[in-house]
Amino acid sequence: MAEFAFEPIEPETEAAPGETREEISGKNPWLLAARRLWRNKIAMAALVLFLLIVAVSLVAPIYAHHVAHTEAFSSNLSGTTVINGKEVPILQQGGGVLHLGEIPIGPTWHANYFLGADNQGRDVMARVLYGGKSSLLIGLGSAAICCLIALVLGLVSGYFSGVTDSLLSRLMDLIWAFPVYLLAISLATVLLTQGLKIGPFNVDPASLWIPTLIIAFVYVPYVFRPVRGHVLSIREKEFVESGVAQGYSNWRIVFSEILPNVAPAVIVLFPLMVSYTVLTESALSFLGIGVQPPKASWGTIIDDGQALLYTRPMVAIAPGIMIVLTVLALNILGDGVRDALDPRAKLRIEG
Amino acid sequence: MTTLRKPAAFVGIAAGLVLLATGCGGGGSSSNNNASSTGGNHTGGTMVLLANANPGDADPAINYTLQLWQLFILTNDGLVAFKRVGGAEGGQIVPDLAVSIPKPTDGGKTYTFQIRKGIKYSDGTTMKPSDFKFTFERMFDVHGPTTGSFYSVIQGADACLKAPSKKCDLSAGIVPDDQNSTLTFHLTTGDPEFLDKLGLPFAMVIPPSTPMKDLGSKTAAGTGPYMFKEYIPNKDLTLVRNPNFKVWNADAQPPGNPDEIIEKFGLTVEAEITQVENGQADWVFDQPPADRLPEMSTKYASQTHVNPLTAVWYVAMNVNEAPFDNLKARQAVNYAMDRNSLVKIQGGPQLAVPTCQVLPPNFPGYKPYCPYTTSPDSSGKWKGPDTAKAQQLVDASGTKGQKVTFITTTDEVGKSIGNYMVGLLNSLGYKASFKALGGGPQYEYIQNSSNHVQISYSSWYQDYPAASDFLNVLLGCGSFTPNSNASPNISGFCDKKIQADMDKALATGVTDPTAANVQWAQIDKEVTDQAPWAAMFNPKLIDFVSKRVGGYQFSLQWYFLYDQAWVK
Repeated sequence: MAEFAFEPIEPETEAAPGETREEISGKNPWLLAARRLWRNKIAMAALVLFLLIVAVSLVAPIYAHHVAHTEAFSSNLSGTTVINGKEVPILQQGGGVLHLGEIPIGPTWHANYFLGADNQGRDVMARVLYGGKSSLLIGLGSAAICCLIALVLGLVSGYFSGVTDSLLSRLMDLIWAFPVYLLAISLATVLLTQGLKIGPFNVDPASLWIPTLIIAFVYVPYVFRPVRGHVLSIREKEFVESGVAQGYSNWRIVFSEILPNVAPAVIVLFPLMVSYTVLTESALSFLGIGVQPPKASWGTIIDDGQALLYTRPMVAIAPGIMIVLTVLALNILGDGVRDALDPRAKLRIEG
Repeated sequence: MTTLRKPAAFVGIAAGLVLLATGCGGGGSSSNNNASSTGGNHTGGTMVLLANANPGDADPAINYTLQLWQLFILTNDGLVAFKRVGGAEGGQIVPDLAVSIPKPTDGGKTYTFQIRKGIKYSDGTTMKPSDFKFTFERMFDVHGPTTGSFYSVIQGADACLKAPSKKCDLSAGIVPDDQNSTLTFHLTTGDPEFLDKLGLPFAMVIPPSTPMKDLGSKTAAGTGPYMFKEYIPNKDLTLVRNPNFKVWNADAQPPGNPDEIIEKFGLTVEAEITQVENGQADWVFDQPPADRLPEMSTKYASQTHVNPLTAVWYVAMNVNEAPFDNLKARQAVNYAMDRNSLVKIQGGPQLAVPTCQVLPPNFPGYKPYCPYTTSPDSSGKWKGPDTAKAQQLVDASGTKGQKVTFITTTDEVGKSIGNYMVGLLNSLGYKASFKALGGGPQYEYIQNSSNHVQISYSSWYQDYPAASDFLNVLLGCGSFTPNSNASPNISGFCDKKIQADMDKALATGVTDPTAANVQWAQIDKEVTDQAPWAAMFNPKLIDFVSKRVGGYQFSLQWYFLYDQAWVK
């Protein structure tokens, strides 16, 4: 995995290209960032695309029940569907002399079986939408948990330094030392058989929480490092020293003075983290150690489609396209957010 | 009985045996035994076989895979053999290194074989009757996988099994006479399947110079028409002609057609199919993936051979775990199961035939029986699921609403069966989910009663043609070992009355196999009524060969007979 290059953002408001000091002088930095983001048409298009993907994924149950009239998680091996007024089997016996195999119905471009069926007679379109719901839920959830844990640890480590910093940094180094996918696969293999039991909390092996927590865990060091670096830089600033001089408690300094200055860094990282976590979830589910069937995610649907690449490639292509669009949108959006919050970064890229 | 797990649609194989014509078994797909020409004009050439994985250990006393057994029959011989032809005759026991098949004496406990003289191993040494004693003792010393189940009936074997670290001595059970070329077996009890077991590769003779340890990837000398030239597990395995071989009984050990047989390992099944299509190889060991079937069915139909197998795929319900400790719950699953849907998962009606019972068609003791269908009748055919009856039974069982976890495998077919079963169980009112494990681990996991598996799926392919190989091995009291990974009675089914019937049928089989098979048919019916399983279907096997392969023959014991086909 690529290391995130992120420079600390100075608390003072910076001018973006095309902006004058007068334009930004005295303005709320968050409003300024929002304005810059709004003006970035490519980033806005990416945001719209991402929101569109989220929206269509959220309406999966409505689509399945009221448009496609199908049950996306149950086998329908002996079922039929009506296309152009004609009843046709969803799985059709192979042709030729020997009639070997059962081929699922291909894309009908009608409401029912719009993208065809998979090898269990399930509506691919409905499953792709449901799969998006799981993939995005895990992607967003794990990125949020990861960023939150990394933010807290980064603040504590960077501000308190000394033994605390050493311990936390070495712990993060330890996790970092493992390749992300190897660590995730190892954890998933164990947790998918036994579930997760922490005190009173008992997570079922088939729960979406398992891949969410695994993915969040493996990415913590990747967010922790830039956050810690940022905190180390900020804690030397005058306004922090001023707080110390005025006798503020450590926690007040951390949460009132440092956190607001670190938050933009995490906000910039968040969309990029979501793109990573969506990809990781898809990879784990494809390998059979992420979302567990009959639940669907884009990764599990690609796995289902692997067995139909010759006859019904759409089963694998459709979720693949959704992953590409989601990751592309999030990466562009992440760049846009970074440019909005840290104009110097844009200068760096353009320069 | 071995269950060689494979990653694709075809889950388990043990070597099988035919009793009746391979064309039987329903479905429209044909089994093609087109050996219309003998090998005379077709001798020579190199036959290239492809397999995704190597067959493992090359020690004939240890290897328990069809993949290597198909080659052992070309390199080694036993006292008897299954006739090397396709079709109905392929299940017939014929004398091989024995001059004839003896009648057992002493109530079926003694067999005396006259051994052929002047037969040489591929290493040039002469085969003697005492080599058989060595072969069997070595089998126990290297801890062959079936010493306990197949050969423990030989006198002295019990002691070898009880003290596995000591050198096995079977002097009491196997008495060779090199002077007179005889070999006598003394058994502890009559065994109606003893000759079948002597025809398996475990019992094929090897020279006494063979090391008394697991050979690993090294190979033993043999008496067959071919010998191993090399075996590189991550690359290939090559057989060439044995210069010391002369035909003594063509029924048991005919001369082969190809001069050389190479089995290459490591390609994906997709790539294997493509190579055969392109004529770069001649045969694929692995079963083709589902999405290549239409193409094979249309463009390569003449190269595709479909053969019914004496095997069964089934859902095992644990009779010692709720809710399936309730007979009505088990019967409800049987009634609700849409076997046509499961046949579709396997590749359609040309590749599987629905069944309700344990014994497969064309098998000793088989009498069609299916009570779990709409309008059951004497034809014993499954016609459709009776969901209303199933629902009534679940309601009456009082098990509705219970949580049920179905244990399946991670391959495509396993996941599809898992999804189907979850839907079925939910429709019956259970709260169902499934857990998928890799093929090998799944088979061990579902056997172990300490895992409290409620319901799972598995499959069974015959070792040899005997009803007990299914009924006694899979549902006999002795096959259930609590807390063990090697407990093939997955359902934990042990019915004292049925077990007594099985013991009686086994005893009858020593002297009257026909009467025994009538008894086995009744036992099959009794077991089906008790519903420890919901049998799904009897599978068929696809052999995909290159355009140049002629003389294809299929034996239910050894499947594709490589040596009887030709490439020239």
